[in-house]
Amino acid sequence: MNGPRFWLTRNSGAIFAFVLFVAMFVIYIVKNGVGLRMGLVMAVANKGVLLALVAIAQTLPVLTGGLDLSVGMTFVLTNCLASALLNGPPWMIALGVIAVMLTGVICGAINGALIVYGRLQPIIATLATSAIFYGLALTIRPIPGGTIDPVVSILTTQLFGVIPTSLVVLLAVVLIVWVPFQLSMTGRGCYAVGSSESAARMTGINIQRSRLTAYILCGLLASLAGLLLTAMTLSGDASVSSGGTYTLSSIAAVVIGGTSLMGGTGGAIGSIFGAFVLRNVSDLLFVFDIDPLVEPFIQGLILLAAVSLGSVRVLRAPNRLQFLGVGR
Amino acid sequence: MTPVLRAADRPVLIAFGFVVLLIILGGLYNPQFLSAFYLLQQLQVASFLGIIASGLMVVILLGHIDLSIPWVVTIGGMTATAATGWWGEPFAWLGPLVAIASGSVIRLANGLGVALLRIPSMVFTLGMNAVVQGIVVMYTGANAPVDRATPILKWLAVHETFHVPHAAIVWAIFGLLVVLMLGRTPFGRYVCAIGNSERVTYPSGVNTRSILIAAFIASGACSAFSGAVLAGYAGKAYQAMGDPYLLPAIAAVVLRGTSILGESGSYPGTIAGVILITVLDSILSVAQIPEAAPQIIYGAIIIGMMLVYGRARRTEG
Repeated sequence: MNGPRFWLTRNSGAIFAFVLFVAMFVIYIVKNGVGLRMGLVMAVANKGVLLALVAIAQTLPVLTGGLDLSVGMTFVLTNCLASALLNGPPWMIALGVIAVMLTGVICGAINGALIVYGRLQPIIATLATSAIFYGLALTIRPIPGGTIDPVVSILTTQLFGVIPTSLVVLLAVVLIVWVPFQLSMTGRGCYAVGSSESAARMTGINIQRSRLTAYILCGLLASLAGLLLTAMTLSGDASVSSGGTYTLSSIAAVVIGGTSLMGGTGGAIGSIFGAFVLRNVSDLLFVFDIDPLVEPFIQGLILLAAVSLGSVRVLRAPNRLQFLGVGR
Repeated sequence: MTPVLRAADRPVLIAFGFVVLLIILGGLYNPQFLSAFYLLQQLQVASFLGIIASGLMVVILLGHIDLSIPWVVTIGGMTATAATGWWGEPFAWLGPLVAIASGSVIRLANGLGVALLRIPSMVFTLGMNAVVQGIVVMYTGANAPVDRATPILKWLAVHETFHVPHAAIVWAIFGLLVVLMLGRTPFGRYVCAIGNSERVTYPSGVNTRSILIAAFIASGACSAFSGAVLAGYAGKAYQAMGDPYLLPAIAAVVLRGTSILGESGSYPGTIAGVILITVLDSILSVAQIPEAAPQIIYGAIIIGMMLVYGRARRTEG
């Protein structure tokens, strides 16, 4: 199978999220009435990229048929660590950035090792590690704060005065991490494991390596988001609610972006637009003068609507059996 | 003996042994830990988690999960106290029933989404949680109309008969119902069968969709009722009162006995998990270690216990 039709089918989820985002964004701009101002675009970009990075991170374990409930807490932990390290002369800051990214990798590696070698169920393993990561974050930063060199906030400004730097970071992540990963043997292995583990095993795919890589990259990307958050707020905050919100929103973004939670289909591009859709909700509520308290309600409805759309196929199915006990 | 009632299996005994060990260690630190008063108080605090876990266990046995616990607990507490505001003082006793009804309705929606639309329960219940949160926040705003615990809620939560807190008795009743339902009724057999393989259960002539929906409703009733009792214990219903209960509830169910992939599990295991987590929580908070340490220990113990007993079988072939 090849050609545009195949491409459309394969990427329908991502296209849906993209169209939804564009529609929401256009409504927002028109209704707001101030035109396409730089400040406005910056705000939308910065808020969106933060969740988009966490959503890409979440996409990788989901593709393998797993889930990372600790992604939000990895994000919070690296934010706290960055708020303690990103200070002093330039070489110290550079070293700090590397240390933060390394921490993300270690967090991911712990999850991956518990799941691959410890043979734990991803949900419970990452649930437990998220408690540990939160404890560590609290140890580093018992109260919100930190002194961070303002030079870090360069990440939240514009490049050449027109392009938000955060979008450039996102693009770089897609080009340097996601695209090569998706094309690599290991990346393909993730899709294969998510589709059918036994088939993947018989094909000779290194399942363990694929799984481990997915969780490690997940931790790395979460730490990048943590760095970006530090650049935006110039402080660290071990907040249990922020960790929880990012974990849940990342799952929602992944689903809206068309990645199946059963694993095997989807991709990071859809998750990015899923994240932007979720983040745009609060802006839309603002311009329509709706109580911001309604936001969780709307976000929940969008998530339910997105997954319900995908289930139309179930209602049309000639044979109900094919949808029972998937993956068993 | 059905798998559900196989009480005395080794992991459960070890979990209970862990509880005893923790209490003895606590007793060495402070003799107060060994007093009957303290132990009964622990039982009372454990019962909120226990009631939630009873319902969640049924859903997990099916091979599904319910992430809408936090706000179903909250809406249970809210509606239980708000009943007084709606219909006046004489009808305050309706509170717990209203809570059960509201929890059931929400989980009915969960069940419909999972059973009919075949949406993964993790996503659907997650979305539902946000929707319920939105509804509660929209209607109550910053402060609930009436959030004071009514006498009946207090009676359920803090009053005692022969020094046994009523909350613990309520937990025992719920637990007994769940054990009987799982072990002695066709419904229980179907739940276990679906947990093993819905693909095989459906062609065997079982209406798996109604079983799924019924299980979600039952678990919703448990969560919301626990919210009502919790409101009685805390003296009032408040926003996000259910938030601290999601992870412990899942951990308690999964910690000992019930695989998150369905199939197997035992109610004694869930009881052991609930008590273990409650005692651990209490000892860590009484020992006054900084807030961070309990989190790390909590996570490490779950991982440790899972590594010893909760591992998936090595996949063959």
